[in-house]
Amino acid sequence: MKLIVAMGQINTVLGDVEQNLEKHLEFIERARRGGADLITFPELSLTGYALQDLAPTVACHPLPDDPVFNQLLVASQGIDIQVGFVEEDERNRFYIATAFLSEGKVRHVHHKVYLPTYGFFDEGRFFARGESVRAFDTRFGRVGMLICEDFWHASSPYMLWLDGADLFLFASASPGRGITLPPQGAGPGRTESARWVNDIIRAYAGMFTTFVVHTNRAGFEDGVNFWGGSSAFSPDGEPLVNCLEHAEALVLTELDLNQLHRTRTRLPLLRDERTSLVQREITRITSNKDA
Amino acid sequence: MPDLTIDTNLARKILTDFIHTEITRAGFSRTVLGLSGGLDSALVCYLAAEALGAANVLAVRMPYATSSPDSLAHAQMVVDALGVQTLTVPITEMVEPLFNRYPDMENRRKGNIMARQRMIILFDQSEAFKGLVLGTGNKTEILLGYSTLYGDSACALNPLGDLYKTQVRQLAAAMNVPEPLLQKPPSADLWAGQTDEGELGFTYAEVDKLLYLLVDQRYTLQECVDSGFDAKFVRAVVERMRKSQFKRVMPPIAKLSGRTVGYDFLYLRDWGT
Repeated sequence: MKLIVAMGQINTVLGDVEQNLEKHLEFIERARRGGADLITFPELSLTGYALQDLAPTVACHPLPDDPVFNQLLVASQGIDIQVGFVEEDERNRFYIATAFLSEGKVRHVHHKVYLPTYGFFDEGRFFARGESVRAFDTRFGRVGMLICEDFWHASSPYMLWLDGADLFLFASASPGRGITLPPQGAGPGRTESARWVNDIIRAYAGMFTTFVVHTNRAGFEDGVNFWGGSSAFSPDGEPLVNCLEHAEALVLTELDLNQLHRTRTRLPLLRDERTSLVQREITRITSNKDA
Repeated sequence: MPDLTIDTNLARKILTDFIHTEITRAGFSRTVLGLSGGLDSALVCYLAAEALGAANVLAVRMPYATSSPDSLAHAQMVVDALGVQTLTVPITEMVEPLFNRYPDMENRRKGNIMARQRMIILFDQSEAFKGLVLGTGNKTEILLGYSTLYGDSACALNPLGDLYKTQVRQLAAAMNVPEPLLQKPPSADLWAGQTDEGELGFTYAEVDKLLYLLVDQRYTLQECVDSGFDAKFVRAVVERMRKSQFKRVMPPIAKLSGRTVGYDFLYLRDWGT
């Protein structure tokens, strides 16, 4: 089975959901016409990233009667959509969220579980932490979604892997930082953060013998640049596509899902994974009061 | 010792994108900058011309009577190389009435007045030319507080503020800024014979490496000393940073209400754009 994924590497207007929605619908239509089965968008793609006090004013509900999701759900009749937004729950907590829409229905919503609140980042001040990491079924098989800092904790993709995800969809608003010259052979033109992110997601693809699609945003917010460079990797850890850095882009790439069969025959890491051992040791470690 | 070498192609790409994006999203297409004849403002002029097109850049030369003649000539080399728009507004007749009112005025006061007079001209040209003012301060001078508050530090956008002086030099060389500007000693040119390194008491090459360890790499003072820096030099630089913190923040507002600008009224400048 083959799956054509379109990565919607967009720039956003900070705090203007209406304008951002318009861009989403335009990219969705272009991807659909190009033959894509699925389009992915970056973290907080409907709102912009550094929302601060704008967070409560841009929140949506991933429901058919929400004026924003209503339009996205209609668009999801023609192509599956992964979109980033702020969700306000029934008790008025705000989450950095990503939703997977298909055939007019919301299939899954993931709330970011790791909110970076250090250095430049201040997410914990404005948002509540998600409480689950779960894979879900789609018409292409089982999928898992993570948002930026979520995948800097190796346990998140690990849990998705165990929960059956053969395709990881990672969404980011990753700021470019570090402009030292790259090590020999790494090729020039990428920030240190771009090099780091690509190294780890490639490692996940190889270690979990799983497809990884990473969609990062472009553009600036005040002095901060978002480096784009969205990418996809095969279960062999091989790069399938690398979008342009520091610019908007819509890039389609084909995932040959039969590769999972070939890779896991050659390299049965999933078969050999010892989840009971992991569970036993984590129980021991977390029950140790001195740990 | 740390290596401050940067990927100049990447820096050039990010900084020209930054200038273009942040000026156009604010509803402008043009920029105004003070072109002193020194390296920092020359580099900003090169970046601005690449980002916006030379016709959208107004480079303003603002000499004082004692300014080095080289400064005007070097600024002209930049204008000639890029084809940017240019204007020369001498400040002598504007600042001297104030100097004359206080006959015992020392160089520092005069320097501050000159820097602020230049700011007034740039922001007036900002209105006349319908362009935002680009700042030219680099990371070294910002961290050391080596600037005049509301003078040369005043701007709408600052493209060089995260590059140390030695990195400014690398990028300027990569962008083919004329050789005489790359070679001459950095100077605020506020009085004859003034040089940055003479006034600061250390070289940029030295202090940039120290600042990189202290600020970027979060070394402790002792770790800097262990890395080969003189303990007195380390203490002096840290103290300079501490004392100049007021230049790097907005003036504090006395908090009286439940929601106060600067504390809990938090929006980026790019709000809604």
